[in-house]
Amino acid sequence: MTQGYFELFGLDSKFSIDLTTLESNFRKIQSESHPDRFVTANDAEKLKSMQLATLANEAYQTLKKPALRAEYLLKLQGIEAISETNTAMPMDFLMQQMEWREAIDDAKNANDIASLDALLAEMQQEGKVLNTALALFIDDHQDYEAATEATRKLIFIDKVSIDINKVIEQIEN
Amino acid sequence: MALLQISEPGMSAAPHQHKLAVGIDLGTTNSLVATVRSGLSSVLSDEHGHALLPSVVHYLKDGSVDVGFSAQKQQNLDPHNTILSVKRFMGRGLKDIDVSMSPYHFVETTSTEANKSTANQMVQIETRAGIKSPVEISSEILKTLKIRAEKSLGGELVGAVITVPAYFDDAQRQATKDAARLAGINVLRLLNEPTAAAVAYGLDNASEGVYVIYDLGGGTFDISILKLSKGVFEVLATNGDSALGGDDFDQRIFCWILESSKLSPRNAYDTRLLLSKAREAKEWLTEHAEANISCLLSDGEFVNLTLSTDQFITLTANLVQKTLSPTRKALRDAGLTIEEINGIVMVGGATRMPQIRKTVAEYFKQTPLTNLDPDKVVALGAAIQANVLAGNKSDADLLLLDVIPLSLGLETFGGLAEKVIHRNSTLPVARAQEFTTYKDGQTAMSIHVVQGERELVSDCRSLARFELRGIPPMVAGAARIRVTFTVDADGLLSVSARETSSNVEANITVKPSYGLSEDEITSMLKASFNSAEADKKARMLAEARVDAGAIIEAVRAALAADSALISEQEKLAIEAEIQRLSAIKETQDADEIHQAVEALNQATEAFAAARMDASISRAFAGKDLDSINL
Repeated sequence: MTQGYFELFGLDSKFSIDLTTLESNFRKIQSESHPDRFVTANDAEKLKSMQLATLANEAYQTLKKPALRAEYLLKLQGIEAISETNTAMPMDFLMQQMEWREAIDDAKNANDIASLDALLAEMQQEGKVLNTALALFIDDHQDYEAATEATRKLIFIDKVSIDINKVIEQIEN
Repeated sequence: MALLQISEPGMSAAPHQHKLAVGIDLGTTNSLVATVRSGLSSVLSDEHGHALLPSVVHYLKDGSVDVGFSAQKQQNLDPHNTILSVKRFMGRGLKDIDVSMSPYHFVETTSTEANKSTANQMVQIETRAGIKSPVEISSEILKTLKIRAEKSLGGELVGAVITVPAYFDDAQRQATKDAARLAGINVLRLLNEPTAAAVAYGLDNASEGVYVIYDLGGGTFDISILKLSKGVFEVLATNGDSALGGDDFDQRIFCWILESSKLSPRNAYDTRLLLSKAREAKEWLTEHAEANISCLLSDGEFVNLTLSTDQFITLTANLVQKTLSPTRKALRDAGLTIEEINGIVMVGGATRMPQIRKTVAEYFKQTPLTNLDPDKVVALGAAIQANVLAGNKSDADLLLLDVIPLSLGLETFGGLAEKVIHRNSTLPVARAQEFTTYKDGQTAMSIHVVQGERELVSDCRSLARFELRGIPPMVAGAARIRVTFTVDADGLLSVSARETSSNVEANITVKPSYGLSEDEITSMLKASFNSAEADKKARMLAEARVDAGAIIEAVRAALAADSALISEQEKLAIEAEIQRLSAIKETQDADEIHQAVEALNQATEAFAAARMDASISRAFAGKDLDSINL
């Protein structure tokens, strides 16, 4: 398994990270390692530059997004947040999800972009709540069981957001 | 060389001469070449002072090839042998093209041994000079620009940055790179047009913040959203339509002429004539309220019409609207609202149309920026990037982080496309996905690589098919086939597949086919190089000596600075190679000098790697790169 995304950017392995530091250190690494800096270099160095720049991109994208960051932190603990054998979700969240799906369908049939925008805002709000909870579970209490459930919720919320955006796109076209 | 770049990224420790590098905007309608001289990016003009080179190639009766204005004059007289807007056909098959709108004789590529494995067959055009692929036709335009640049700069180019629409897929990018190769141009990088424009614009205005580049060219539309910060240009999202451009506005006027004059479908001559009249009218309407269209057709019929601005706006309203859908998608992908946009930069000749500017201003609720010439800004930006890549710029403060415009995936069971790399991933990017066999004892697996956003494979662009054979027979679902996609900084894809328990492996660089085999391309290249063989030898020797001198200096400087990073023994080995190269450098044999340079390069490989690690570690004091698994 690839390790060291946090170390690469000089960050502690925590859910709460300073996004500004992440971004500026990402840019610093790319400034050193990007293939554009090695256009006239030999093949061995080109390969090394390509590998490092690729790793930096992957690490940056993973740490930037809360759901992926949480999933990655759990993986460092040996926990697969999303796996075939690990799909249990609390009943109330499942009910909540079904309600969201129905609301999307209704808005879709009514070509109602305003409702979809409102739903998107609701997803963002849900996401914020889960982010706060994840910081608490992972950083303060090392409660990985609770963190796994919150991560799964966050991943679902991201999926719902993507679907809402797709529907908006369909209506707009 | 390599070592120098490690000491100071993008900068050489030893003084050396300015390397001639250019930026080329290979456009649908016009092409340009630009370079950085005395720190300023400028477009190179031909001997008549023309900056724009019409992207028109004429195959003459005497076997010669003409490119540019004189070729353009032949478009109505010799329409079958005068190729316009060839960029629209790059990496495209017959089914992708609206054949009825072009006067050419299209032919489908015949399957040869070399190309039958590839899924894409590029369309070709029959001319009096034979059947030509879009790659060959484009290479004529590139050759003309190369000659112009070498004449005006007085030396051979070390390389060029060539721009492509951000929304070009892998086949279109490969085709562009091959056209450059055929023209004898060393491609330093393929650069996305809106990113190039952002470089030219951003550096001129010292801008910071989030900018939208709205680029409507002759045949393509791109929208890119970039974050500019301290010389780093990070593309957040890109979208577009690689078959929408100024040409389509001409088509609308053309159709309107046919309808208004109740004309029947026309021959090639009339089609061309009316299209060029349509284009003149479009350009005239940028600054006038109405345009007169009059011409005499081949059957003696006379066309005389007046097109008003209002009519033109109505005719093209849905084309203008069509640009907003990709714009919305890009904003959504970037997770931004229009209130968060600091500025909109207009690129491409077609953005001169008042209705475009008005629509964009209304959509973004701010006036778009038009202070750089929309025709030149892409070439100017490409030249700046070329100058940096060639190693001329001493302060390497410019870095472009671009993205892949369309998702890449594989065909899975039931004709579904499984995405492996998602659109708008920052380049370079590599990602692996595991698949398994679905039958007991299955020993081969067919891998179909596709590009696009749709769920069905049939709705995506097919890039390549290849087979992984020799999988040891196992029960269904037991084999582990790991398919790795790698997309480099040019946005070009290579794919490898491996069965992990047995290590059976297959690699492919995805290449579209033009009916030209690799051998044919090589021999065409050779033919163009055979002339001036003697000159070439002398030049090669001189270059080899300069290279050798530069690397010796560089290695010495590196040793002086960082010899602590290696053992005494390694240091002695490197010094021995320096000695040897110094002696060989004075002989007459360029090949031997190259070999000795290569030997020195090899001897310093470990040292170079150590210096690179050290240099990055220095940027993050206390962090050890060796602890990171690549």
